Amino acid sequence: MAAVGPLARMARLGSSICRNHRLISNRNSQRRGIASCIDPSYGLTDEQKEFQKVAFDFAANEMAPHMAEWDQKEIFPVETMRKAAQLGFGGIYVQPDVGGSGLSRLDTSVIFEALSTGCVSTTAYISIHNMCAWMIDTFGNNEQREKFCPDLCLMEKFASYCLTEPGSGSDAASLLTTAQRKGDHYILNGSKAFISGGGDTDVYVVMCRTGGKGPKGISCLVVEKGTPGLSFGKKEKKVGWNSQPTRAVIFEDCAVPVINRLGEEGQGFGIAMKGLNGGRINIASCSLGAAHACVQLARDHLLVRKQFGETLSNNQFLQFRLAEMATKLVASRLLVREAATALQDGRPDAVSLCSMAKLFVTDECFNICNQALQMHGGYGYLKDYAVQQFVRDIRVHQILEGTNEVMRMIISRNLLTEL
Amino acid sequence: MSGRVLVGVKRVIDYAVKIRVKPDNSGVVTDGVKHSMNPFCEIAVEEAVKLKEKKLIKEVVAVSCGPQQSQETIRTALAMGADRGIHVEVAGKDYETLGPLQVSKIMAALAKKEDAQLIILGKQAIDDDCNQTGQMTAALLDWPQGTFASEVSLDGDKVKVVREIDGGLETIKISTPAVLTADLRLNTPRYATLPNIMKAKKKKIANVKPADLGVDLTSRLEVLKVEEPPQRQAGVKVETVEDLVGKLKETGRI
Repeated sequence: MAAVGPLARMARLGSSICRNHRLISNRNSQRRGIASCIDPSYGLTDEQKEFQKVAFDFAANEMAPHMAEWDQKEIFPVETMRKAAQLGFGGIYVQPDVGGSGLSRLDTSVIFEALSTGCVSTTAYISIHNMCAWMIDTFGNNEQREKFCPDLCLMEKFASYCLTEPGSGSDAASLLTTAQRKGDHYILNGSKAFISGGGDTDVYVVMCRTGGKGPKGISCLVVEKGTPGLSFGKKEKKVGWNSQPTRAVIFEDCAVPVINRLGEEGQGFGIAMKGLNGGRINIASCSLGAAHACVQLARDHLLVRKQFGETLSNNQFLQFRLAEMATKLVASRLLVREAATALQDGRPDAVSLCSMAKLFVTDECFNICNQALQMHGGYGYLKDYAVQQFVRDIRVHQILEGTNEVMRMIISRNLLTEL
Repeated sequence: MSGRVLVGVKRVIDYAVKIRVKPDNSGVVTDGVKHSMNPFCEIAVEEAVKLKEKKLIKEVVAVSCGPQQSQETIRTALAMGADRGIHVEVAGKDYETLGPLQVSKIMAALAKKEDAQLIILGKQAIDDDCNQTGQMTAALLDWPQGTFASEVSLDGDKVKVVREIDGGLETIKISTPAVLTADLRLNTPRYATLPNIMKAKKKKIANVKPADLGVDLTSRLEVLKVEEPPQRQAGVKVETVEDLVGKLKETGRI
């Protein structure tokens, strides 16, 4: 469904008069991959190019036209995400026997990068959902996999990842939510903060304390919405990521069956961290997509906007700035794809590389989007133009799934422990 | 009836790309430019796959004429649900002069070889806008044609086609085997799903040379020059109706 939708829409739009209108109505076509040094399809296999094409088409047709509305009205686009799940985007790296697409981490990165050009916030949520589905698929027993994964892969049910608490963010292992064993249930008490999808999702993958202090006392439980004792805080008002609700998740004597525990007691922290390795690649990939879209938006603006008697594209400073943005974009892309390959192959440097990718790419891509906004001048600050939404949406990528400071901790630990 | 449908798919410059004319005015820049399947060909593939899903036909064969890269276009058709592909290798000079006449000869030869019941093509390609291949193919085969189809229904060995024509909609009934060309509103092409893309890898694409089909590729056309449309001239503002009439008379409009 590549060209037909926009073709028909553009035919109906006819020739718009006002330059501003043309910029807005052309947003979709201008964001489609145009061949040049930043083309994201270079180096991919034919099959990966097909995945990428579907994702780009879906982003351009189903997401980009609604991205601003979802942001302004804070809509959680359930139907659109379910359409994405129909194409196999609900459990991209989940195994096929429980409904997943069974693709590699690199395939996944390529897909999220492309989807992100349509809406960063929605794609980021889809990646979190994928991460949770993978955790259940990988660490769950057959009953758990069969119970939860098929619905998650089709997005019949949505998932949330619950690790952070009001008192433990970067110091995740110090989490306080307790899970006391009582017969064949755990009784959960505590609360989680900043949970993406919280309150609107159905399946909560919760890291909680079953044992003593530190990481070894943490287990991973799957809690279903509707369980008595499970409630939610108010919906947070955020700068970006507005197409996903963010709420506190509160446990008050919430009884969760022991059979919902993924893996053994004490394995929860390890499961959480392994989930995050992939999550970091996914978030970095979302930043890549936003930066790619912004470089194209900036480029198109430079070719159109005239000042001092010529188009901005004749201004050497802006030419050089655009070149720097493109260079950092390609460098970022290479790092993410290498990290994805390392994780897929189980290389010893995988964890460090995932952290490096997350650190470098989220920072650089934010700068790229920010500079693209600057290049738009005053127009960049208006919500009529997409560039500001990309900037607002990817700002948080430098913070969640492990702050970029924590990424430095992981990398330096790897460097300084190997002696 | 064989239950086999041939669908022609053409690899064209992506609709969103800004076209640039080559400095020597011999054509349009294609090197390094993003290409994809012609949008009307996507609609044709979708229609064929839909017919197969309704069990009205048995096999969908995607055909593309062109260089090595045309295989990507066939793969996209396979990912949408076509069963197998045929890549007719045309490269270099032959590819530069490949036009509706040559392609229709190829399609006609393949239709006979594959014992096709239906040929479904896009109504036109977005690069040359010829709108000729479907019609020529039908003529060469002496088959009925249902062009500009916005609705197709199979009924035994007849096809009912609703055509979009200048005056409105025309409904015709033609016998198979026949050639149909897809118009914009025939359907909305599906996205390929990830599982289907992976399944497509295993589907076969046969390589065929035009000579094997006994087709002569010589073009009867010669492109003399390709140039950009003239730049839009600025308009002129006038103060009164008399001025307007005066200006119109001046430029010989009235």
